[in-house]
Amino acid sequence: MLQIKNIYGRIAMTTLKGWPEYSHPDNLTMIRDSVDTGQPKGVCFGLLLLHIIRYMAIPVKMRQFFEMTGELSKFTGRLFVEGVKPRWEFAELLRQCYMIGNKSLGLIGLTGFIMGLVLTMQLRPSLVEYGVESQLPAMVGIAIVREIGPVITALIFAGKIGSSIGAELGSMKVTEQIDAMEVSGTNPFKYLVVSRVVASTLMLPVLVVLSDGISLIGAYIGVNIRSVTSFHLFFRQVLDNLAFGDVLPAFIKTFLFGFAVGIIGCYKGYYSSKGTEGVGRAANSAVVISSIMIFIIDLIVVQVTDIMGVN
Amino acid sequence: MEPVITIEHLYKRFGEHVVLQDFSMTVDKDENVVVLGRSGVGKSVLIKCIIGLLRADKGKIVVLGEDIESLDHDQMDKMRARVAFLFQSNALYDSMTVRKNLEFPLRRHWIDRTREEIDALVKEALSNVGLADTIDMMPEELSGGMKKRIALARTLILRPEIILYDEPTTGLDPVTGKEISNLIMEIQKKYHTSSIIISHDMHCVRRTAGRIVLLMDGRNYCSGTYEELNKSDDPAVKQFFE
Repeated sequence: MLQIKNIYGRIAMTTLKGWPEYSHPDNLTMIRDSVDTGQPKGVCFGLLLLHIIRYMAIPVKMRQFFEMTGELSKFTGRLFVEGVKPRWEFAELLRQCYMIGNKSLGLIGLTGFIMGLVLTMQLRPSLVEYGVESQLPAMVGIAIVREIGPVITALIFAGKIGSSIGAELGSMKVTEQIDAMEVSGTNPFKYLVVSRVVASTLMLPVLVVLSDGISLIGAYIGVNIRSVTSFHLFFRQVLDNLAFGDVLPAFIKTFLFGFAVGIIGCYKGYYSSKGTEGVGRAANSAVVISSIMIFIIDLIVVQVTDIMGVN
Repeated sequence: MEPVITIEHLYKRFGEHVVLQDFSMTVDKDENVVVLGRSGVGKSVLIKCIIGLLRADKGKIVVLGEDIESLDHDQMDKMRARVAFLFQSNALYDSMTVRKNLEFPLRRHWIDRTREEIDALVKEALSNVGLADTIDMMPEELSGGMKKRIALARTLILRPEIILYDEPTTGLDPVTGKEISNLIMEIQKKYHTSSIIISHDMHCVRRTAGRIVLLMDGRNYCSGTYEELNKSDDPAVKQFFE
């Protein structure tokens, strides 16, 4: 039996006494690791609560969700700690920026162009019906810059980059390449995770700006399918109707989207379970969770900027 | 002689499955110890606990005078630069050339070295394993035996004091397996390393073992030289030597 010296550890042990899992060595080791190695009191209470939640009759899926959220928070915390500590992997960061940014450009550009074109063609009939067809460039511009551009680009980015990071790190984990870096004392977290998360955080805003620009060109072509508007007039109408409150929140949230895609892809890959099935699952869940996170972040940012009066 | 690795009363379990229980052993300086045992008995778990890839449930592991349980991340990284690990799967970085595979640990530990010095060290490590001409090749272009040699060169690049070999000859043909066993001995003589070799290839065991530890039921069942264990009347020991 492991000896728990810390009072909070003893409370945790006593509380667990009523559950059959009490004697399970994994529990004892977990308590010993977290409580008896000088963790703050808050962590000990948190551990106690976690154990209570863990063994209460709550649905397995919900328990897994809480566990994943906790693990992901720890992973993110480590990212910030490792991110500020030297030695920085600048060469790998630049390589990742190239891989993530440059290699996504074609796909982002193509989808952006189609998005602008289709949006314009879909909006036109409604505006014609109300007799405000002349407002089409302004409406399309605001819709693209404020919402559709960042969100659609981020979703495509999640599909391409999130899955690729998840699969790459997952296969490195399965083939013990991450363990090989670990045992040579070279800190794979810094090399693999920090560089990818920073690169995706920096590259997505750039891609969104480019995508917005290409979308507006698509929109300009869309406008000119049924009527004739000069390039100058179109862009003047778009820019005149865009305010600081339209651009800033949209730009800020792209950093958060990029961060979410990077961290979730890395987390899923870094901790993917053994086997090829695990790699596929890591890539798939990286995309699914990133996509959900993009909508959640979007909702929060819109609410916050609305409260702050930036909108 | 002073031990470079001391393991005392080590316990490790995965859920209900007990892998190591009350396992103890030591490795002296310049000594090659082979850990012998059936598949799934916990040999790889043992060396992963030594290098800190897995955390033991209970017990003490002292490597080069440091209790690995007490080391933080940075201290562990420094210790790991002195202890190399050869993976059964080789674990070469498949997105990098052979040169980059070897440079990777060097550039992160020996940051004061010039590009020329690092290049010379890489070439020397490759010459040691007889594959100097593969320097710009990708891992996918190499055969199984070549990959094992490159992985061995990578473990040597930081001049480790201890090398942990996880089944170094598994998956290789007998001739290549023999070459790898000879290479392990050459390395030991040249660099005076201490080693733990996990294996159930008896040719490799006979060639490389200074001492054999038989891991059975999670415990150090018995230990001795190849000749001593070969003469044993214990059926549990004899089955490995028949």
